[in-house]
Amino acid sequence: MRKDRYSIFSLARNAVSYHQDWSEAWRSPEPAPSYDVIVVGGGGHGLATAYYLAAEHNVGRIAVLEKGWIGGGNTGRNTTIVRSNYLWDEAAHLYEKSLKLWEGLSQELNFNVMFSQRGVMNLGHTLQDMRDIYRRSNANRLNGIDSEILTPAQIKAKVPAMNVSSEARYPVLGASFQPRGGVARHDAVAWGFARAADARGVDIIQNCEVTGIRRENGAVCGVETSRGYISAKKVAVVVAGHASVLADMAELRFPVESHPLQALVSEPLKPVLDTVIMSNAVHGYVSQSDKGELVIGAGIDAYTGYGQRGSFSIIEGNVAAIVELFPIFSRVRMLRQWGGIVDVCPDACPIISKTPVSGLYFNCGWGTGGFKATPGSGWVFAHTVARNEPHELNAAFDLDRFTTGALIDEHGAAGVAH
Amino acid sequence: MLQIECPWCGGRDQEEFQYGGEAHIVRPDNPESLTDTQWADYLFNRANVKGVHAEQWCHAAGCRRWFNVLRDTVSYKILAVYRPGEQPPGGEE
Repeated sequence: MRKDRYSIFSLARNAVSYHQDWSEAWRSPEPAPSYDVIVVGGGGHGLATAYYLAAEHNVGRIAVLEKGWIGGGNTGRNTTIVRSNYLWDEAAHLYEKSLKLWEGLSQELNFNVMFSQRGVMNLGHTLQDMRDIYRRSNANRLNGIDSEILTPAQIKAKVPAMNVSSEARYPVLGASFQPRGGVARHDAVAWGFARAADARGVDIIQNCEVTGIRRENGAVCGVETSRGYISAKKVAVVVAGHASVLADMAELRFPVESHPLQALVSEPLKPVLDTVIMSNAVHGYVSQSDKGELVIGAGIDAYTGYGQRGSFSIIEGNVAAIVELFPIFSRVRMLRQWGGIVDVCPDACPIISKTPVSGLYFNCGWGTGGFKATPGSGWVFAHTVARNEPHELNAAFDLDRFTTGALIDEHGAAGVAH
Repeated sequence: MLQIECPWCGGRDQEEFQYGGEAHIVRPDNPESLTDTQWADYLFNRANVKGVHAEQWCHAAGCRRWFNVLRDTVSYKILAVYRPGEQPPGGEE
C-alpha cells in the first residue's frame, strides 16, 4: 500500500501545505510490451476486475487499457442506484455479493465512495404489480436479502412529497422497500478502484484504444492498440456498450444489442427526497444527490444505437411519470441530460464468461443496471480470469446459457431499474 | 428524434413507429436438423453493428406495415428505406 494513506491525519498534514503536495492518485505509465492479464475497459467494472485480480489472485503483471479516460463511459453516466432485490436465485446471489462488497468498500479501498444506504423503493401501481412485488419480496427474504412491503400510508410517511392519492392516473398501491439499498458516488468508485489497483502495481493506461485481438491456434496472444501491440497471456474485456465491437475483433457473435439509455439531473434543491424511488409501471426513477440535484433515470430507446444520446420522447414520457408521482417537482428546472450505451441481453442478465477463444474472457450484457454490480462484477470476473473457471456465483451467467436455454429472466426486476 | 420515411405513407415522426430489430435474419428451413449452437445463433446472436445497420420498422400507428431501414447507429442518420423482400440499396447489407 502506498504511504500516503487517506485519513484525517493526512488531511490535516496536507492542509498545512495548502493541499499543494498531495501525491497523484495513480500513475500514468507507458504500456509495457507484455502483461499477464490485460483488462480492456477502464470503467468501474474493469477497474474493479483489475483491483481484485491484484488484491486476491496472484496473477503477475496487470494492465487496464482505456480508450478515453477512466470512468468516462457508463460509470459516469448512470443514476448510481445500488440494490440487490432481484427475483431469481442466481441474480439475487450475485447482486447481494456486490451489495455486501459495497458495504465495506470505502474501508477496503481507503477511498470514500459515499455509499449511502438510504433505501430503495419499488412502487406498484396495479394489482398485478403488487402480486409481482410480493413474490419478489418473498423470494428476496428466502435468499437472506432484506425486503419489506409498504402500504400507501407508510410510503406517504417516508416520502411526503409523493402523490399516493387514489385519484392519480396510476395510483400507488404499495411498494417493496430494501433498506440496505441506496446510492454511491459513481466517480469515486472508478477513482477508488483505480487508486487501489495502482497501489498494487496495476498499470492504468488511458487514451489507449484496443483495435484488434490477436490470436494464435485458438488462443489469445495480445491486443493491437492505438499505442502499438501489447502481448498478453489473458485478455479480459469489460466494455459495456461496445461488447459486440470487441467480440467482432475475435470473430465472435454475442447475444447483446446496444441501446441508448438516458438520464437527467435538475438544478440543486434543498433536501426533499431521502430515499430512492423506482417505478417500473410508469417508468421512472428518482433520487436526490448529496449536492441536492434530482437524479432522474429514463428508459432505453427501442432501436440500437452507439450515439450516447436518445430520443426526446423517452425523456418526455419519463418526466411526465415523475411529475405525476411528485407534483411538487413540476416547476423544477433540469440542468443536464445525457445518454450512455448499454448492452442488453435477451434475459436482462449479464454474461461473465470464458469464450471459445482460450484466454479471452468477456464481462458484458449488464444492460441498464450495471452500476450496482460494480464491485461484485469485478470480484467474480477476477476469479473467472485468474482461475480460468467461473466462481459459483457467476457460473450461471456463462455465454453457454444461450445454447442450453438456461436463461435467467430478470426483466421483472431489471427491466427499468438501475 | 428520428423522422422516418414510411414507404407507403411518407415521412412521419418516430413516435408512430415500432422498432423490429435486425433485418434479413432468415429462419432456418429445417430447425430440427440444426445443432443447439446453430439454433442459438439464429435465435439470440445479433450483429449489433456500430455503423450502417439494416433493421426492421413497423408503422404501428399508421398503415401498420413492416419495412426495412438502413440507419447509421452512431449518427442515427437514416440512409435508405426499402420494402420487405427487397435488398438494401447499394448491394448487400
